[in-house]
Amino acid sequence: MALADLTFSRTLKQTNKRIPSFPRLGRAHVLPLVVPVTLIALWQLGSSTGFISDRIMPSPVAVTQAFWSEAASGDLGHNILVSAGRALAGLLVGGTIGFLLGIINGVSKLSEQLTDTTLQMIRTIPHLALIPLVILWFGIGEEAKLFLTSLGVLFPIYLNTYHGVRNVDRDLLEMGRIYGMSRWSLFRKVIFPGALPSIFVGLRYALGIMWLTLIVSESIAASSGLGYMANNAREFMMTDVVVLALVIYALLGKLADVIARRLEGWTLSWNAAYQK
Amino acid sequence: MSLHIHERPARSPYSSSTHGATRPDAASTTTQAVSLHLRGVEKRFGDNQVLRGIDLDIEAGQFVAIVGKSGCGKSTLLRLLVGLDQHTGGDISFHDEYGNSAKADARIVFQEPRLLPWFNVAKNVAVGLGEGIDKDEARTKALAALWEVHLRNKAEEWPSQLSGGQRQRVALARALVSRPGLLVLDEPLGALDALTRISMQTLIARVWRELGFTAVLVTHDVSEAVHLADRVIVLGEGRISLDLSIPQPHSRKHGDAELAELEGQLLEAILKDR
Repeated sequence: MALADLTFSRTLKQTNKRIPSFPRLGRAHVLPLVVPVTLIALWQLGSSTGFISDRIMPSPVAVTQAFWSEAASGDLGHNILVSAGRALAGLLVGGTIGFLLGIINGVSKLSEQLTDTTLQMIRTIPHLALIPLVILWFGIGEEAKLFLTSLGVLFPIYLNTYHGVRNVDRDLLEMGRIYGMSRWSLFRKVIFPGALPSIFVGLRYALGIMWLTLIVSESIAASSGLGYMANNAREFMMTDVVVLALVIYALLGKLADVIARRLEGWTLSWNAAYQK
Repeated sequence: MSLHIHERPARSPYSSSTHGATRPDAASTTTQAVSLHLRGVEKRFGDNQVLRGIDLDIEAGQFVAIVGKSGCGKSTLLRLLVGLDQHTGGDISFHDEYGNSAKADARIVFQEPRLLPWFNVAKNVAVGLGEGIDKDEARTKALAALWEVHLRNKAEEWPSQLSGGQRQRVALARALVSRPGLLVLDEPLGALDALTRISMQTLIARVWRELGFTAVLVTHDVSEAVHLADRVIVLGEGRISLDLSIPQPHSRKHGDAELAELEGQLLEAILKDR
């Protein structure tokens, strides 16, 4: 039946592209859920039978209850918003700097020679190693978290943008020049779209680093946010809240990836690799 | 070197009725063909002299093929003609039909189509119109140019959805959409299979007759050169070693005996060059 479904939707697509394909609960939607659902079921089974101690790992039911109580008090929503706001701010600042540097160094030999070595040196320092210094510079306020997240996000975006620009097809650049494109249209019509697949790889790396950096800096010094919530719960031995925080990280990470993927599919629809 | 007077073939009315559609108006203007004049043109890359004094006049509207073994300098000559490289000696000039010196609005078709994969076919053709042109006008002209290469119905497709021959036809439409006075073809059919190549040859011959631009074709396929050109120039060791006119009228059949003989003559000249 699934096969018949598939052929049908394919003919539909070929005959009329304007008809949007409605998501249907096919194999493609069920399969990715099999592993997580099984794991959760096993976990619940282990907790209910007493095989897994509540002190070490609360049961899924306990975590769900923690979710309800945290959500009802309003703390959870507040902490998620604070963390997401920090993450986005860091992504915006670091991503913009990395993107601009990548473009400029990809296009200009002079700028590349001037700054690339320095950037590569700074890149090799684990940015979390800067935490002591950052606390001395900024205290434990928002600036410290913004600084660390931006720094972490900057390099994957820089490297992949630079790489993407440098690998734009030379033949296409030559074509653009022969057809009299100005520098700006050469960038807009050839260089940027050519580098875009690579920039997206950078963005997805950056999203991972963004959460990591944020959570670490929130655990060390913060009075709100998910990292603070988890760390605070640890002091009171509330393992259910700690696990809840982990689950939410996983969901937020997945959400960010889904958004990036959608964006990718939408902007790269010309690329055979992204055509469905 | 022979310099013969070539009579322009009468521009045929648009005879092809296979589309079943009327020809769009925007495409009906013909080009201002330019003539080319090369005097003692030299090109060296460091110690390596690739072109050694090329003297060549190409009349407006003529179809000239340049053949030669690889490394004979034919691609270098072509890059000089479109201004991709600068010559190191001699002089290249372009004249319009009245003998006034003209700017060469040359267009080039490469061996690879070089289409922008992120633009649909119509937008790729519009790239040929250059900057600062009204969007609607660009689209109208692009569609008209696509009509000429029988790809009007592919305007909204991505280049990746086309076959190799279709992509090359899009590249041809992109080159022709601005009605250039000079069209330079750099082994445009080299990457195509034999059958597609024959239909592309017919297409090139037809648009050339209809639009009347000056055409310079670089190829290593002697049969293709004889089939398409008014005049074939053999390049060897950076010089012109043979300048042969092909007098046959321009609806040439593959397998024509006289053409086959000219082909033999040319091959001999190319291979003799050592």
